[in-house]
Amino acid sequence: MPLFEVEGLRKSFGGVMALRDGRFRLDAGSVHALCGGNGAGKSTFLKIVMGIESRDGGRIRLDGREVRFASPREALAAGVAMVEQELSPVPAMTVAENIFLGREPTRAFGRVDFARMNREAAELLGRLGFHLPPDRPMMDLTVAQVQLVEIAKALSHEARVIIMDEPTSALGEAEAGHLFDAIERLRAQGAGIIYVSHRLSEIFRIADRWTVFRDGCHVAEGSMAEVTRETLIQHIVGRPLAEEFVKENVPGPETMLEVEGLTRERLIRDVSFSARRGEILGIYGLMGSGRTEILECLFGLAPDRKSGRIRLDGREVRIRSPKDAIRAGLALVTEDRKGSGLVLTGSVRSNITLAGLEGLSIGPAMNVRRERAAARRMIEAFSIRTPHDALEVSGLSGGNQQKVVLGKWFLTEPRVLLLDEPTRGVDVGAKREIYRVMSDFAGAGGTVVLVSSETEEVLGMADRIVVIRDGRVAGEMVREAATAEDLVHLAA
Amino acid sequence: MAVGTARRIDTGEIMRRYGILIAFLVLCVVLAVVNQNFLTTRNILNVLRQTSINGILAIGMTFVILARGIDLSVGSIVALAGVVSASLATMATTAMVPGGPYPAALAILAGLAVGAACGAVNGVIVARFHVPSFVVTLGMLSAARGLTLLYAGGRPVPNLTDSYRFMGNGSLWGIPMPVVIFAAVFLVAWWVLSQSRFGRQVYAVGGNPHAARVSGISVASIRIWIFVISGTLAGLGGMILAARTGSALTQAGIAYELDAIAAVVIGGTSLAGGVGRVTGTLIGALLIGVMNNGLDLMGVQSYYQQVIKGVLIVAAVMLDQSRNRRD
Repeated sequence: MPLFEVEGLRKSFGGVMALRDGRFRLDAGSVHALCGGNGAGKSTFLKIVMGIESRDGGRIRLDGREVRFASPREALAAGVAMVEQELSPVPAMTVAENIFLGREPTRAFGRVDFARMNREAAELLGRLGFHLPPDRPMMDLTVAQVQLVEIAKALSHEARVIIMDEPTSALGEAEAGHLFDAIERLRAQGAGIIYVSHRLSEIFRIADRWTVFRDGCHVAEGSMAEVTRETLIQHIVGRPLAEEFVKENVPGPETMLEVEGLTRERLIRDVSFSARRGEILGIYGLMGSGRTEILECLFGLAPDRKSGRIRLDGREVRIRSPKDAIRAGLALVTEDRKGSGLVLTGSVRSNITLAGLEGLSIGPAMNVRRERAAARRMIEAFSIRTPHDALEVSGLSGGNQQKVVLGKWFLTEPRVLLLDEPTRGVDVGAKREIYRVMSDFAGAGGTVVLVSSETEEVLGMADRIVVIRDGRVAGEMVREAATAEDLVHLAA
Repeated sequence: MAVGTARRIDTGEIMRRYGILIAFLVLCVVLAVVNQNFLTTRNILNVLRQTSINGILAIGMTFVILARGIDLSVGSIVALAGVVSASLATMATTAMVPGGPYPAALAILAGLAVGAACGAVNGVIVARFHVPSFVVTLGMLSAARGLTLLYAGGRPVPNLTDSYRFMGNGSLWGIPMPVVIFAAVFLVAWWVLSQSRFGRQVYAVGGNPHAARVSGISVASIRIWIFVISGTLAGLGGMILAARTGSALTQAGIAYELDAIAAVVIGGTSLAGGVGRVTGTLIGALLIGVMNNGLDLMGVQSYYQQVIKGVLIVAAVMLDQSRNRRD
C-alpha cells in the first residue's frame, strides 16, 4: 500500500481548467520528483493536497484512508508538510521563533520557554547540517538562509509526507548539498518526499521515482533508474527536443567589454575580466560569492562602488546609475524577476517599453503609436504568448515573463547583455528559447555575460568561464577545457 | 450552461471595472427622481463648485498614491498657501506685508510657490532620506499648520481684493471659476498620467520601484515631483478657498487630506501603488460631492453624511480587493 495516493484530482478557476487529472503515488522511504512546465498544474495540485485550495473532484488517501484537509494546519496535524516556493518569514523574529511559530514550548501561565526553544532549534539545525544561530533575527539572514529556515520549519513537524516546491531556488551548491543530505536521512527514516524542481540534475541526483504533469494532466511516471534526461524532457515539453542548449555564436577578435580592478567594499575585490564581440562569457560562483554584485557594479546599481575601470569598445565609460549604463549600451536581466525585473501591476506593453521610454517619446509626450508598435515587435520577436499587449504581466507564465524582460532590454538595442540566472524558475521549453536568444544575440556580434549557479548551463552556453569565489576571480577556463568538477572545485 | 457562465463573468467584470461609475449614475438618477431641485443647472453647478477644491486636492493625491506614497499634509498646505497668498492680496490696514495689495497674479504665484516648496520638502525627505511618506507628511501636517498660525499671528487675513477673489467667486461663460480651474487641472493630469513619459514613470515607480530603477528611471526624482505636484495643487486649492470666502483662515483645510484620500480610494486607485486612474478620482470626488448635496437636499442631518461616506470608502476598497483576489 502506498503511503500517499492521489487520484483524479480536478480544479478549475473561473472556467479555466488548472488541473484535469492529478494522479500521484508516493511510497514510504522514497523521494518522488514531480515534474512539469509552468502551467502544468503542479502548484494547484500541491495547494489542494495541503488544503489551501478546495477541489472540484478526486480523492486523496493517506495510509489508505481518504483525507480532505480544510487547511494547511490540518494537513500538518496529519503528517503532511510543505516547504513553499514563496518564503513567508516573520522578519522581526529570530530563527527559532520562526521555526516554532504558533507552537512555542511554554512554561507555566503560557510564558514562552525561550531557552528550550533555542535549544531545540539548535538541535534541529545541527541535525540538518544548516549552520545558523537560532537567536539571529530573520531580517539579518540572506535569502538562502531564510530558505534553510523554512526547510527546517517544515521538517520540524516530523511529517511523514514532505512536499518541497523548488527548495533550492535560492540556495548555493554547498547549501543544496546539506539539503540533499537531510533528504537522504528523511528517506532512510521512512518519510515520503515529493520533490518539485525545474532543475533536472537535482532530480537525477536525489529522486527514486518521477511523475510528469502537463496541461493539468498526469502524463507519465516511472523509476529514475530507467529514464534518460531526454525522455524526461520530452514528457515535460510534450515534443522531442533536439538539444537542451542552443549555441551557434562564434566569438570575434575584438574586445568589447573590459573590466579592470572592480572593487566594492566587503563584497568584491579586484575583479578583472574581458569579453569579446560575439562571445558569451560565463561567470560561475556560489550564492554569496559576489557574482551578482559584479553585475550590479557594472550597471551602476551600487552607489558605494569603490573603484575599478570599465571600458566598452576600447573607450572608458563612467557608470553611476542604470541610466548611464543603458546609454552606454548595457542591459541587465536581474536574477529576481518579480523583485526587480518586472512591474507586475503593469501591462505587457508598459513593461516592454519601460527601459526605452526616451526613444518612444517626443519631448515629454509619449508617441503612443510607436509605443504599441515597439511592444508588438518584441512580442513577435520573442514569441511571447499573450492574448494582447494590455494584459497584466502577472498573468503570464514564468518563461513568458522572462521573455518580456528580454524584450524590454532588446528594445534599448544593447551592445552588452548582462544576464543573472536568466533561466531560474523557467520551464524547459522556455529555457531553450532563452538560450536561442542568447546565442542569436552573440551570433550577431553582441556580447553576453552570463551569471549562473548551474554548472551545465555555464558549460553548455559560455565560450569562456570566470569563476568567482569570495568576491575574487578564482580562475578562468575556456569551454573546451572545463568540467563541472573543475568549476565546483574552484568555486568552493 | 456555457453561455450562462460567460454572462455571469461579464457582469462581474463590468461591476468591478465600472462599479463606481454605475453607483454614481444610480445615485444621480435616484436623486433626480426623489428631488426635483437636483437636476437644475443651478444645483449642478453648485455641486461642482463644492466638489472642486476636494477634487483638485484629490488629483494631486492620485499622483502620490499611484507612486506608492501618501500625502497627509495637503490640508495644512491649503491653509499656509492661503494665508501667504492672501497676505499679498489683502486691503486690510493691518497687513503684514507692506506695500500691498499686490496684483492678484503675484499673490497667486506666491501661493503656488508655497505649496510647491512644502511638497518639495516632503518629496526630498521621502526620496533622499528614505523616510516613509506617511511619517514625513504627518510631520508636515503639523509643521505647516504651525507656520500658518505663526505667519498670520493666529488671525484670519481678511478683505481680499476683487481681482484676487475672482478665482473663487467669478465665472467664465456662466461656469464658476473653481469649476473651470478644476476641469483644467483634471485635463492636464489626465494627459500627464495617460499620455506622457512622466506618467509612465509614475506608474512604474508605484508598481515596482526596484524594477523602475533597474530600467533607468530616476526613482528619487519621480518621488520628489509627485509631492511637488500634490503640494502645488493643495496651494491652488487653498487660494480658491480663500478667494471664495474673501479671507484666508488659519484653520482652513483641516481634515481635507482625508476627503482627498477618500476620493482617490473610492475612484479605484490602489493604495499599494501602480494601479489607478485620474478619471476614477474624478468620479470618486463627484460621488462624495453629489452624496453630500443629495443628503442636504433631502434634509438629512450632516452627521449621517459622514457615516455614509465611511461606508462608501470601505465598500470601494472591498470591491478592489475582490478584484485582486480573483487575479
